[in-house]
Amino acid sequence: MNGTEIRVKGKVQGVGFRPFVWQIANALELSGDVLNDGAGVLIRLLNNRQLGLFQQKLMQELPPLARIDAITVTDFSWDSIPRGFTIRASLATAMDTQVVPDAATCPQCLAELHDHNNRRYYYPFINCTHCGPRFTIIQSLPYDRPNTVMSPFPLCKDCLTEYLSPADRRYHAQPVACAQCGPMVYVTDSQGAIIPGNWLAQTITALQQGLIVAIKSIGGFHLACDATNYAAVQLLRNRKRRQYKPVAVMVKDIPAIENVAETSVEQQKLLTSRVAPIVLLKSKAHSALAENIAPHLSEIGIMLPSNPLLHLLAHAFPRPLVMTSANRSGLPPALENTEALLQLKGVADRFVMHNREIIQRCDDSLMRIDQYGRQEVIRRSRGLVPDALELPDDFPDADGYLAFGGDLKSAFAIGKGRQIVVSQYLGDLSNIETQQQYQKTIEHYRDLYHLDIRHYVADQHPGYFSRQLADRQAAQQQNVSQAAIHYVQHHHAHVASCLIENGWRLGQGKVLALALDGLGFADVESNSQPQFWGGELLLADYRQSRVIGGFPAVRLVGGDIAARQPWRSYYAHLKAFIPQMTAGEMQRLIGNKPLRQLDVAMERNINSCSIRSAGRLFDAVAASLGVVDDEIEYEGQAACQLQALACRCLNLPDNEIKMPVSGLSLDLTTFWHSWIECAGSVEQKAYLFHRALAKALAQMVQNAQLHYQIQHVVLTGGVFHNSLLRTLLKQELAGYIQILEHKNYSCGDNGIALGQLAVALSQSQ
Amino acid sequence: MPERITLSHGSGGKATQQLIDELFLHYFSNPFLNQLEDQARLPIIQLAAAGELLAFSTDSYVIDPIIFPGGDIGKLAVCGTANDVAMCGAKPSFLSCSLIIEEGLPFETLEQIVSSMAATANAAGIQIVTGDTKVVARGSADKLFINTSGIGTIPNTIRWGADKIAPGDQIIVSGTLGDHGATILNLREGLGLSGLLKSDCQPLYPLVEVLLPLQGVKALRDATRGGVNAVLHEFSHRSGCGFKVNEADLPVTAEVRSVCELLGLEPINFANEGKLIAIVAKQDTDAALKALQQTEGGAKATIIGEVNDSGKVTLCNAFGGHRWLDLPSGEPMPRIC
Repeated sequence: MNGTEIRVKGKVQGVGFRPFVWQIANALELSGDVLNDGAGVLIRLLNNRQLGLFQQKLMQELPPLARIDAITVTDFSWDSIPRGFTIRASLATAMDTQVVPDAATCPQCLAELHDHNNRRYYYPFINCTHCGPRFTIIQSLPYDRPNTVMSPFPLCKDCLTEYLSPADRRYHAQPVACAQCGPMVYVTDSQGAIIPGNWLAQTITALQQGLIVAIKSIGGFHLACDATNYAAVQLLRNRKRRQYKPVAVMVKDIPAIENVAETSVEQQKLLTSRVAPIVLLKSKAHSALAENIAPHLSEIGIMLPSNPLLHLLAHAFPRPLVMTSANRSGLPPALENTEALLQLKGVADRFVMHNREIIQRCDDSLMRIDQYGRQEVIRRSRGLVPDALELPDDFPDADGYLAFGGDLKSAFAIGKGRQIVVSQYLGDLSNIETQQQYQKTIEHYRDLYHLDIRHYVADQHPGYFSRQLADRQAAQQQNVSQAAIHYVQHHHAHVASCLIENGWRLGQGKVLALALDGLGFADVESNSQPQFWGGELLLADYRQSRVIGGFPAVRLVGGDIAARQPWRSYYAHLKAFIPQMTAGEMQRLIGNKPLRQLDVAMERNINSCSIRSAGRLFDAVAASLGVVDDEIEYEGQAACQLQALACRCLNLPDNEIKMPVSGLSLDLTTFWHSWIECAGSVEQKAYLFHRALAKALAQMVQNAQLHYQIQHVVLTGGVFHNSLLRTLLKQELAGYIQILEHKNYSCGDNGIALGQLAVALSQSQ
Repeated sequence: MPERITLSHGSGGKATQQLIDELFLHYFSNPFLNQLEDQARLPIIQLAAAGELLAFSTDSYVIDPIIFPGGDIGKLAVCGTANDVAMCGAKPSFLSCSLIIEEGLPFETLEQIVSSMAATANAAGIQIVTGDTKVVARGSADKLFINTSGIGTIPNTIRWGADKIAPGDQIIVSGTLGDHGATILNLREGLGLSGLLKSDCQPLYPLVEVLLPLQGVKALRDATRGGVNAVLHEFSHRSGCGFKVNEADLPVTAEVRSVCELLGLEPINFANEGKLIAIVAKQDTDAALKALQQTEGGAKATIIGEVNDSGKVTLCNAFGGHRWLDLPSGEPMPRIC
């Protein structure tokens, strides 16, 4: 044997990996070649004493977007001795490589963007192998220009030279382009008529005038306006018919955040990372931002520009900009120019368009870093998707599995060898347009990764579109081969999602878990009625989960309306826990509502159900403090506002609110009696509630720990996006028990596809 | 007459005879019924003069409570069957009427209902020509059940049917939705909502009549049990077409809307007893609408949507988003997390 073959797997295509190999091989004067194939990258070298150093550099000096998951080194025999080191053309073989997430503009490209002498000066699509779009422009694999939306843009002479030169940063950078050969930006009015002139100047003028501008970005359109102009923000709110839902703000760099929000070093690092997510930051008093950016909340979503077009905008506009996803309420964001003009008619005054297609919806990711530096993903999308998660050792391979997720904050997951890939956030599947986008995205992944699905995994809720689709697809396939459908209970999926994120092995045993959210369907015993859960203490592993305690049930009337009108939860709690309260007292507390009719509906079982729900307890408490409207506008609004109030509490009162634990259940009877007697400002009461709940939950976990002798507790469910509750609970539990938390996936429904897939895999054995 | 109906009123004896003479003959009186044979003897010539096809329909009426704002079980029994006959363009002319009475029903109540049937039939030009009465022991029926069957002649020029529906046709509803369903729900469950809820129970032939001259009318249905949603699903199933309804265009009274909001129910699923759905080709939509609006029972007729080729029933909200409308299976289940 005169040679060595090195097989590299992972994120090694479209990230400048081959030129990187070429450069170190040349530097070490090694001979051989390198190529891309379906399995990743294959390097063949003529044996040389520098080989060890080569492998060391390969691991240590990786390009920014690359990640090596596995390296195998084998002997190889050269028939004829190679001269020098070459890059060979890609081979089309079976797919076993990863698609890379879109990455924010790198410092070198950014410098070139603002360099008068650079030929890409102010070119809004500048990118290189270290940055730029990937996932959102790939039509199929392998990742080569003809398989991307760049195929209609043949390279000019200069770009081609860079593209073909292994020493260049743009060697085989598929989206490489310049003003001579690449996509172009233009501005239109609300009718789609092109407004002649410089696009940037046109846009800045419109923003200065307080107009609303739709901007075609990387994974969809944004709506932008001057974030310091109250009237402009209000105009946007009125047109989107969204009075309360917070909107994100883009600033040009870290110093520009100074005036609007507080940042830690970790937060700054995240903001400037290649993901460039929206980061929730504590907003500053007397900020320059208009008050209606995030009404009644203590945090604000800030992001830095994530592509050159946005960099140019942020640089040219002297103030922060609102940068919110450009969809009409309930509709998925538009991806095509004509679709955007139609959907945003009457919302946007100007459209910043370009002629490069968007293949995949990819919203801005939303993240948070808490006071201890712990990262949390609230919406997982641009920059994070489609990164894969490695299965723990003792899991079987995941090929052939597709998990459909849930219907709210939807995302699905696919299995691929030793990995699970979770899709981008796809929104609420309650309307047909979003359902269609979700279906198309599933199809895209199937084609892209050449999937042969045999296991369809869905939530148990029969009313979920995601489950109905899983049923249909499984039924359609049944004739062709052996298709299996698996239903996973909602909260079990939440727990499994957290476990697998933490690398928990199949054989590692059971954990305790607090799964707290609004509502999930539970059909656990074949001969009993299905139930609605949402405040559960579980004893679980991947294969099974069992409720051992949690919140008591209340009776709610009106189906989904109950989740939109917090006063209904308040009334339901009073009825359940202070049943002796007179109708007059109830009326005094709740206000002028048709309570008698609700009583009848409850008694006669008209559209009513019993539900254990942490989310509805937050609704009830917020309503009792009179801090929310009769009807909320976005999911979790009451809880978010309650948390914001609590965070504003400066001095604590001496009194405590009682929330005892009886066995493994919360005693809400004692709580509600204590609550309505409790004096204090709304801020104080909001804080006392969080603290009392945290203490009670901690007590519950400790009781269970004692009884079951288990040393780990999982914190999961959308309620744990409440950072105050989580922090207080962790303080209570510190030192008693090991806590497992989500990190790279949402603890809410955006993360359940991952858990569904893990449960189905575990049960397959 | 005694104060209450007893088993003897159904025995075929003297009491039965008295009931027939003093109640049914008194209120329903007409030449066919008055012959008092075992069957009504109807003139074919009169029926055949109007067309070649006879429309024949039957329905049974059980409702609690039997008297409600806007009507009673008697009016319902006449309108319901007459409306079924009318939906093919036929003018309902003859009706049968069978009653199953629970022992103990106050005579006064029965009389009120029979008189209401007679008044409704008279006003609509319908004759009740044959009938039957049974009395069952307490608990074997709930107060009063009525079955009616009706016939009418279909004009030769009219051959409406779901198979005629095509994409592009407009969906017209003849007035506000859910009045009957909401009224009955309020009373039956004792919700105690005061005042203005009122059943829409009414004969629909006058509305049908004004549509007869219009070529573009494709199909008609009265939107009873299951509401407009059920009708559109039936149409979709039979025609293969899709039906897109605009939520903002659904006519609903403030009273019905508040019942729906309180309970989280949808007016499009609520029963009506005096509303029809007409599917009309686009070119005749205006004419149909105007004609309907000039009738007494169709003043609030309006277009609620359009037929397409999707094969599904969809609801379009005010923001332009669509969702599938499923047929309700049991009660709606919460899904918001």
